Amino acid sequence: MTSPALEQTEPLSRPLRSPRRFWRIKAFLRNWTAVTAAAFLLVVLLASVFAPFLSAHGPYDADNLSRYVPIGTEGYLLGTDQQGRDMVARLLYGGRISLLVGILPTLTASAIGLALGLLAGYTRGLADHVIMRCLDVVFAFPMVLLAIAIAGAMQPGVTTEIISITVILIPYFARLARTATQDIAAMPYIEAARAAGGSPADIMLRYVLPNVFSPVIVYATTLMGLMIVVGSGLSFLGLGVQPPTADWGAMVAEGRVVLRRAPHVTVLPGILILAVSLAFNFLGDGIRDALDPRSIRR
Amino acid sequence: MGSFIARRLLSIVPVIFGVSVVIFLLVQLTPGDSATALLGPQATEEAKQELRQALGLDRPLPVQYGAWLKRTLSGDFGTSIATQIPVTDLVLPRFVNTLILTSSALLLAMIIGYSIGLFAALRAHSAFDRSTMSLSLLAGSAPEFWLGLMLVLLFAIKLKWLPVSGMEDMAGDGGLLDLLKHLILPAVTAALGPAAIITRIVRASLIDTLRRPHVRVARAKGIKRASLLRRHVILNALPSITTITGLQLGYLMGGTLLTEVVFAWPGLGSLLYDSITARDIPVLQATTLLIAFTFVIANIVVDVINAMLDPRLREA
Amino acid sequence: MTDGSDITLEVKNLTTRFGSAKTGVTVVDGVSFSLKRGRTTALVGESGCGKSATALSVMQLLEPPGEVIAGEVRLGGVDLMRLGDAEMAEVRGRRIGMVFQDPMTSLNPLLPIGDQIAETLTAHTDLSRHEAKQRAVDLLTRVGVADAGRRVHDYPHHFSGGMRQRVLIAAAISCSPEIIIADEPTTALDVTVQAKILRLLYDLQQAMHASLLLITHDLGVVAAMADEVIVMYAGRIVERADVDTLFHRPRHPYTKALLACVEGISDRAAALEPIQGMAPDLKDPPPGCRFAPRCPSVRDVCRRQDPRLAPYSARHDVACLLVGEEAANG
Repeated sequence: MTSPALEQTEPLSRPLRSPRRFWRIKAFLRNWTAVTAAAFLLVVLLASVFAPFLSAHGPYDADNLSRYVPIGTEGYLLGTDQQGRDMVARLLYGGRISLLVGILPTLTASAIGLALGLLAGYTRGLADHVIMRCLDVVFAFPMVLLAIAIAGAMQPGVTTEIISITVILIPYFARLARTATQDIAAMPYIEAARAAGGSPADIMLRYVLPNVFSPVIVYATTLMGLMIVVGSGLSFLGLGVQPPTADWGAMVAEGRVVLRRAPHVTVLPGILILAVSLAFNFLGDGIRDALDPRSIRR
Repeated sequence: MGSFIARRLLSIVPVIFGVSVVIFLLVQLTPGDSATALLGPQATEEAKQELRQALGLDRPLPVQYGAWLKRTLSGDFGTSIATQIPVTDLVLPRFVNTLILTSSALLLAMIIGYSIGLFAALRAHSAFDRSTMSLSLLAGSAPEFWLGLMLVLLFAIKLKWLPVSGMEDMAGDGGLLDLLKHLILPAVTAALGPAAIITRIVRASLIDTLRRPHVRVARAKGIKRASLLRRHVILNALPSITTITGLQLGYLMGGTLLTEVVFAWPGLGSLLYDSITARDIPVLQATTLLIAFTFVIANIVVDVINAMLDPRLREA
Repeated sequence: MTDGSDITLEVKNLTTRFGSAKTGVTVVDGVSFSLKRGRTTALVGESGCGKSATALSVMQLLEPPGEVIAGEVRLGGVDLMRLGDAEMAEVRGRRIGMVFQDPMTSLNPLLPIGDQIAETLTAHTDLSRHEAKQRAVDLLTRVGVADAGRRVHDYPHHFSGGMRQRVLIAAAISCSPEIIIADEPTTALDVTVQAKILRLLYDLQQAMHASLLLITHDLGVVAAMADEVIVMYAGRIVERADVDTLFHRPRHPYTKALLACVEGISDRAAALEPIQGMAPDLKDPPPGCRFAPRCPSVRDVCRRQDPRLAPYSARHDVACLLVGEEAANG
């Protein structure tokens, strides 16, 4: 007589959820620096998105009578710039572009780089060789220089910034994904999957990909912070948005000419760039520690 | 060792070719064509066609590339469109200026990074360690151009200790002291990012090396602490450290552009920037090529140093 | 009977803890033993019983959070626990040589092996670098490395595991120490190589008339090499005896069980007898005897009272309440 447990009368109503994800989120929440950083970034993001609701003035509202207003003045919490525009408004609206230029290219490049790296790392052979040689050429350029050269060759604008940053990032993700893929592909359980008759595409998607995700996510988070800095550098050089559009890097450039008279015009956007970049760094560290299997505690 | 160096040098040949292709193609991205840029929008179509033919711009791309490559390999980088000066004359003095700035910045970054990294590793998890790591994170997250402006604000404008920009006093008679005064702020600005990274990597690789089994074995032999540190810890951490230092050189070569623009330092970076805004193609190509080439050579030097340290790499 | 002057190392009540007083684990708990000139003492036990930790404690090679919290280690009248790091460095390599478990990671991959032998000599003697190099060649030959004059310039990755262990032994005995500690010296090696390395250790020990503390979990090694055996369990010594006595007349249930594990090997008809259960979590040791949960002869009293190591007969100590009883009952 078979044991009752062996006879399932109904299928499971829900697929079994891996308990690991729960512990990883808990592990992340234990790291208060990372959580604070995440909260800060969320606030900045929401503030930029809801800028119209948060600031009384528009970013282009120039007022000749209110030029160089210092910080803390009534109506202009963070002062105004040389055209009388409210700094709070410019920072909030500027955040939209600055954040976009940091986040979007990183996400795009991570997806493309991941695909390339998976292909190169798993199939090896010709595809790997060709991809790696192409990447080698890109690695021959210092990253920032290449971004500037690409952006400089095209018409200035936000799209240019986004494209140029995406292009320079793809090789870095591809290289990371390739190394991770190679490490995983060498593991015994992949060999077992192959022996069990899995197709390469199937194995890549079901076994390799989920494990390559972790390092890529950590890398992407840290890079987002870095790309916001690089993007602001491109704007500073005038290769991105054009005046009067607001963007933190462009604001630093514009503030430069009035550095003596109204330093806050330059100081404020830079502080935001610094803070956001720092926050992404902490966030990336926190995610990395949480994804580390050793952080899973019973 | 010799064969390793030879092999390494040989391996960069295809890369350099790839780099030259990229640089050549980069120009093709520019909107409009050179004929219009040179003659102005008022020029007639015939005049533009004539110029295109004269410049060889109507030939197929691979042919143009071949011609350009031939010229470049023979040392002819063309003439600057903006200033009509031969590119080589324009680029070389700027290269020297950038070298001065970059090497000062790298030296500064190495001194700060190696010493703080070493101390932090030996006193891991102490208050010193934690505070210096936080500081380095801060320095590493700040945008370089803004940091430079903040330094200018503090030291040149408010305190008036140092000059605001430039490489030398226009009125003065030059000299080393003058150069140094002008060098300090840009060098510190350019050095901070690399210093932060070097500090963290030096600390991490030393801590990692300290944990390795052979260190305990060496201690069990009763070797004195100084020798132990030198021969079994620092030596073994050197490959990671030299690699990251070499990488910083590359970062600096690309990043000094921003510092040079902020401080009006007459180097390769600011030349590159000017050539971008002026669409001065020959200068753009030559400077990018030079910077990329320097970067590749720096990477090879790092590989050679690592091969000298680790016998397993030589025999690979 | 042992003459007092025959004793090279005397360990008394050595206690080592990993972590703080509240949350830490005591991995070595009141261990006492002595090493005698020219004799091999084997320290046996399962993984995690504290035998390696004992050796590291003697050498003061523990890293935080590990620290020795009690006990003495007397070497020629000096208590090593009282020495500062610089003074201890003079003892290490010079008076006590140690050979570690994994030869593949114990050598510095970036230095030639000759240097790694010579540096022990230059640290403790006033040999010049050149002379030390020469001596290294001699030592290499002595440990059985052929063509030593050429191989002294080679790097660790040019050697097999067994050869690397010979190099490490050469470095450990280079200054003719009075005591050699070998922590599982052959565990990571092929079986065929094991015998050769053990033979080498034996020959060297005899030639130098040194004390050998051999740490192992392999009873075969113990039978082949040891004069005296110390059995450890959960941080404590549970039995100590001459090798013959231990193998033929073991008294502690753990020792008996250990021997039963290996006994069946030559007799295919007999079943392998594993010891039930697992070693205790030292963070929260059970009250009473630590072996009680797994002991086949356990009684109520064992769960309440903690046995102390006590003499059972001449040169045979046991830590078991039942054995005490036996002795008392005659």
